[in-house]
Amino acid sequence: MLAVAFLAFSLFRFVGDPITQMTGVETSVEDQERLREELGLNDPFAFQFARFTGDMLNGDFGFSYRTRQPVAEMIATRIPATLELGFVALLISLFVGIPTGVYTALRPRGVATQAMLMLTLIGVSIPTFVIGIMLIFFFGVQLGWLPTFGRGGTVNAWGWETSFLTVDGWRALILPAITLGVYQLTLTMRLVRAEMMEVMQSDYIRFATARGVPMRRIYFKHALANTMVPVITIIGLQFGGVIAFSIVTESVFQWPGMGLLFLESIRFVDIPVMGVYLVVIAFFFVLVNLIVDLLYVVIDPRLRIRDVS
Amino acid sequence: MLRVEKLTVKFASRFGDFTAVEDMDMAIAPGEIHGLVGESGAGKSTVGAAIIGLLQKPGYVAGGTMTLGETDLRSLDRFEAHVLRGKRISMIFQDPQTSLNPLMRIEDQLIETILAHEDMPVEDAKQRAVDLLEEMGINNAADRMQSYPHQFSGGMRQRVVIALALCTNPELIIADEPTTALDVAVQSQVLDLIRRLADVHKVGFMLITHDIGVIAQIADTVTVMRRGKLIENGPTAEVLGKPKHDYTKQLMNAVPPLDRKIDRFMVPNSEDTEESTTNTGEAAKDWLLEGEKSAPVGLTLKDVSVAFPGVRTSIWKRPTPFVALEDISFDVAPGSVMGVVGESGSGKSTLAKALTGLVKPVSGTMTLGGTPLPGGKDRSRHHPSRQLIQMVFQDPFSSLNSRHRIGAILAEPLWLYGLVDDEDARRKLCADMLALVGMAPGAIDKYPHQFSGGQRQRIAVARALLARPKVLICDEPTSALDVSIQAQLLNLLKDLQTAFGLTVVFISHNLSVVRQMSDDVVVLRNGRIQEQGGSEQVYGAPQADYTQRLLELTPAMPKEWLAPS
Repeated sequence: MLAVAFLAFSLFRFVGDPITQMTGVETSVEDQERLREELGLNDPFAFQFARFTGDMLNGDFGFSYRTRQPVAEMIATRIPATLELGFVALLISLFVGIPTGVYTALRPRGVATQAMLMLTLIGVSIPTFVIGIMLIFFFGVQLGWLPTFGRGGTVNAWGWETSFLTVDGWRALILPAITLGVYQLTLTMRLVRAEMMEVMQSDYIRFATARGVPMRRIYFKHALANTMVPVITIIGLQFGGVIAFSIVTESVFQWPGMGLLFLESIRFVDIPVMGVYLVVIAFFFVLVNLIVDLLYVVIDPRLRIRDVS
Repeated sequence: MLRVEKLTVKFASRFGDFTAVEDMDMAIAPGEIHGLVGESGAGKSTVGAAIIGLLQKPGYVAGGTMTLGETDLRSLDRFEAHVLRGKRISMIFQDPQTSLNPLMRIEDQLIETILAHEDMPVEDAKQRAVDLLEEMGINNAADRMQSYPHQFSGGMRQRVVIALALCTNPELIIADEPTTALDVAVQSQVLDLIRRLADVHKVGFMLITHDIGVIAQIADTVTVMRRGKLIENGPTAEVLGKPKHDYTKQLMNAVPPLDRKIDRFMVPNSEDTEESTTNTGEAAKDWLLEGEKSAPVGLTLKDVSVAFPGVRTSIWKRPTPFVALEDISFDVAPGSVMGVVGESGSGKSTLAKALTGLVKPVSGTMTLGGTPLPGGKDRSRHHPSRQLIQMVFQDPFSSLNSRHRIGAILAEPLWLYGLVDDEDARRKLCADMLALVGMAPGAIDKYPHQFSGGQRQRIAVARALLARPKVLICDEPTSALDVSIQAQLLNLLKDLQTAFGLTVVFISHNLSVVRQMSDDVVVLRNGRIQEQGGSEQVYGAPQADYTQRLLELTPAMPKEWLAPS
């Protein structure tokens, strides 16, 4: 976390001069200098960094150079949108990816399997924004079934701006979530398939077959649980990625999430926002990895504290 | 009960069908233990898989009949066959470490199997599971059943596996190398258990193994297989006592006897060894002898202890170290062979690592011919002992770099230690060395995967010798090999040791092999020396209880069955 904070800080500290961006051409050199001093930009680098991290730990994320709003507030209003989008995308990828992965592993030569594998190949190959644009074209423009931008109606539930509670919000969510989820989905499916095929070759599956445990139980109880151990790691890592790289999807669908905010900030060289965005994303990565590690322990008894027997 | 007639199994491949098993006949009565013995690749496991209907694709049953009681096993469709599995035929696999689902409690695995075949309340199934585990010799089964497989030791796991195979009262159990992965003490317990189950429950066992000692100990009848064909079958005493077929005799002679030392092993004829006629490796021999002009050197260990960091249980406490070796002292006389025996976990391999400088002892001194040997990383890359001590590893499949040609693998010690500078001379020497270890001349340009396990182990020996070592450390060099190949390799090692006056540390869990190879022997247990002395003395009149027990438990063939040698 600290490393990312350092990177984010130093990157933006040395890229461009925020003062020239903030002020117009007619601001006098003296005024610029005064502003510089006020904002503490003349202090030594290490000192500035210490202040940056210290403030951040206190929940003070600074102010946007562009809108003069507190950065914390700006990010907070955008987080729900991105998280909801990422969450739905993840659900889609899991609920479609795992069953298809299992199916294709169990019937490796079936026609349906070959078709699915071909589709996923296409899914991996096409860039996210092309998928987004194609979806907009068919469902938004041609068929006119679904909205093509924005979040639709949102409801404020305990300070969390959610689109889960309105039909409109759900409708708006579908296309971006699919767009974001496709890559995850293909990855999940291929991973589940590969792992499952390997597990099916293992001795304990052969032994379970040899003692006549029902096939359904072998597939879904014995094999699937063992398949999930490595799959969860990758999915966890990827979920961090989904949050981080929702930038493209958000910009295609004009989804008012963090990614879009980041893009806008870049355009205006709004350094505090960019810095905080990177730190927040890093925080998500760390959090997701922690959750994955805890899940491991739940699934795999071997990782629980060894009791000597 | 089980009748197999003219069974033929083929594997479909692009180049036509490969016949794995041909015209196999076999009959097993209730309560009978039928041994199926043969070398690897003989098709033993394929027969077992065909009977239980679990042949891996692309294998298929091409002909013959298999009947269990009144049921024709070949006429069953997929569903009927699956219902039959567990209910009437069950199977025990070789490695108890991998044959249980690691994510499920023992209890769940037992109950699910019982419920899969019998309609009964869960409580009854649970009770039966508890009773069965108790019968297998697992105390306090009701509690122990709540554990996961990793919480059991290897022998206990194999008991659980047997309980699983038995929990539906099948008529036939196919046991595929059930004790190969176990230590002798555990092996004998498991074999006793199998014998008892056959007698009490009248279960028929098909015992697949390459260890003819195991067969001699518990099988009622035996079938000898070679290359997919039936060689000989009948009651064990008859087949092993008065073998009609040459191959059976050869197979038996290749087994190193435990009760006496023999000079050379009889080796079954096989096409595996390509003794080259033109090049006998004289040049390599001369070159090695030139290096051995100086007297052989001995190896001395004094109070050597090795400890590994333990599992951390708290952030605050330092983990208690795990002591792998404790106060090990012994002398290996120059030019002699020191055997090191012990069960798994006794610290045998750690000893090899300490000698070769791969781990650092926490205390104690090692000396090589009078000069001290620093341990672990303190021994610099250029320390002379890195050349003088060479090692032959257990697994010939992973100890040779699969992306290098044999020539490159063998030449490495020559340039690494600056022994031969000229490249052509190096190649010539490698070729001679290959001839010396009994490999065909063409081998030099091939890759490791083109060779069998025994051939690879020969290459590994050749590589070790090309460093002109004084000390050779062999860590279980034959445990991955069949008896006949083992016999060949042991013969080779013996010849080379005598010819070049090498000092050898020979590590093995197999007591019989160690007896054949060594002048002196050290018995290790849990990192401590239990007994040491001249090998004939230790084997002839073992002093430590542990040694006596090990010797007692090792399956051996009755003397009268062995052909006089």
